[in-house]
Amino acid sequence: MNKTVNQKAWFLVLPVLVLVAFSAVIPLMTVVNYSVQDTFGNNVFFWAGLDWFKQMLHSDRMWNALGRQLSFSAIILAIEVPLGVFVALNMPKKGFWASFCLVVMSLPLLIPWNVVGTIWQIFGRVDIGLLGYALNKLGISYNYTQDFFAAWATVIVMDVWHWTSLVALLAYAGLQSIPDAYYQAAKIDQASRWKVFRYIELPKMMGVLMIAILLRFMDSFMIYTEPFVVTGGGPGNATTFLSIDLVKMALGQFDLGPAAAFSLMYFLVILLISYVFYTVMVNLDKREGK
Amino acid sequence: MSDTSLQAPGAGTIPGKVTASRKGTRTRRRFRPNGSALVMGLYLLFLMLPIYWLVNMSLKTNAEILGAFSLWPRELTFANYTKILTDASWYMGYVNSLIYVVMNTVISLAVALPAAYAFSRYSFMGDKHLFFWLLTNRMAPPAVFALPFFQLYSSVGLFDTHIAVALAHTLFNVPLAVWILEGFMRGVPREIDETAYIDGYSFGRFFVRIFMPLVASGIGVTAFFCFMFSWVELLLSRTLTSVDAKPIAATMTRTVSASGLDWGVLAAAGVLTIVPGALVIYFVRNYIAKGFALGRV
Repeated sequence: MNKTVNQKAWFLVLPVLVLVAFSAVIPLMTVVNYSVQDTFGNNVFFWAGLDWFKQMLHSDRMWNALGRQLSFSAIILAIEVPLGVFVALNMPKKGFWASFCLVVMSLPLLIPWNVVGTIWQIFGRVDIGLLGYALNKLGISYNYTQDFFAAWATVIVMDVWHWTSLVALLAYAGLQSIPDAYYQAAKIDQASRWKVFRYIELPKMMGVLMIAILLRFMDSFMIYTEPFVVTGGGPGNATTFLSIDLVKMALGQFDLGPAAAFSLMYFLVILLISYVFYTVMVNLDKREGK
Repeated sequence: MSDTSLQAPGAGTIPGKVTASRKGTRTRRRFRPNGSALVMGLYLLFLMLPIYWLVNMSLKTNAEILGAFSLWPRELTFANYTKILTDASWYMGYVNSLIYVVMNTVISLAVALPAAYAFSRYSFMGDKHLFFWLLTNRMAPPAVFALPFFQLYSSVGLFDTHIAVALAHTLFNVPLAVWILEGFMRGVPREIDETAYIDGYSFGRFFVRIFMPLVASGIGVTAFFCFMFSWVELLLSRTLTSVDAKPIAATMTRTVSASGLDWGVLAAAGVLTIVPGALVIYFVRNYIAKGFALGRV
């Protein structure tokens, strides 16, 4: 993997640079701009320094949204990762049924996010939805528009439905790369099923699994559309996650300063996680290159 | 021993009745493949049930949806689909979505191809930082960009046009395309490049005539993922459009909030948005993991 040094390669990257600068750097600078200024309307702005950041850091609203966000991400990771690995271990290795499973499992990943919301909105309704109707018939009181617990359960089950396949597919790809010789050696050593998993499959899967975990963490961290369609952030503020709160603040109430400060702090968190992600990726590439 | 190992690996995982009828065999070795089939069967059932319910509702009349609770449509009707496909305010949503999605895919691929080649073949000043910076854009929350995009495109007079949404979606699709393509391109041996240059090919001719056919599957997969991620995104496309370029996703949400009653049509519209993905999913099934993991699996 020794690459030649060639500074002219910059010309090949230039179009990407220009395009992404246009659609990322300019908007981001606008946000920075708003975060340090205040306005009384009419496009008259004056310097506000770091006031908005201080205000946001002391606002309960942001901390509450962050708390809900972190609990949501933690819960779905705790469910999706073990479940995904478990499903991957049970998937057929080749042949027709392997393709069949791959296709069906990919289906939820390719559904537009608001339709995912719509599907669960309908599915969970007490009067016309299979899930809501069945639960109520079983004597479990369930109504995701009014009940705090039901709303959270719906949003979490929806996310598990939507994204577990991603973890499973990545883990499956990792499993596929294990040579048969490893299993044969394990068989000769009479290793138990658990030991095969613990000492062969898990270490070999670790790289892709890290990618899966980081992807899921990041995507769940900026989830917007699905809970917005299903619960609209309610009941009350029960399912108002960071993105929902931010859009409410920026586009709904047009509080530009606080929203911008909020955005930047949000973005810094994402940047930090991206860096971890990148490091994992690069290490994985290096290991492959050997 | 030989009993299980001779069995085709997929055969034990046939979901549902096929394996259930075999439960007479009580050997312990039989347990594992049957267990796998059960797990997969349950998981796939969990995945399909909500989708089935959507399809089920789209084939019912509103009276039946709200009136009697039934597991399958008693009075099968395609009226909901006819309504969408004949009403311009509905089907134009699909047309709008398709226009900006295709534009976005073309733009993303056009700029990402040379860049991915550069990343996979050469090292140059700042390449690692640039690659990381691209990744941060894929990970950027659209909510952060919604308002600035709105103002940016309004100020240059592009608000409510297809190109505005297409350009906005390059924010996450160009990095995605570069990463996936780079993953595919590194698999092509460098000797091919060198041989081509010795044979007197110019860079442009080599790239189009020799290199692109070699990574054709990668280009196809990348195009699919650009298409998909632009198709499923709602927040930015809704923020940047009002009437002329309104995507189907926004048409759906507004109908819900306005009337909140026409469940059949809503369900039918939902089913129709799943169709494009479902049609091509078979061809990319082996690359799905790679695409979602940004070309790194």
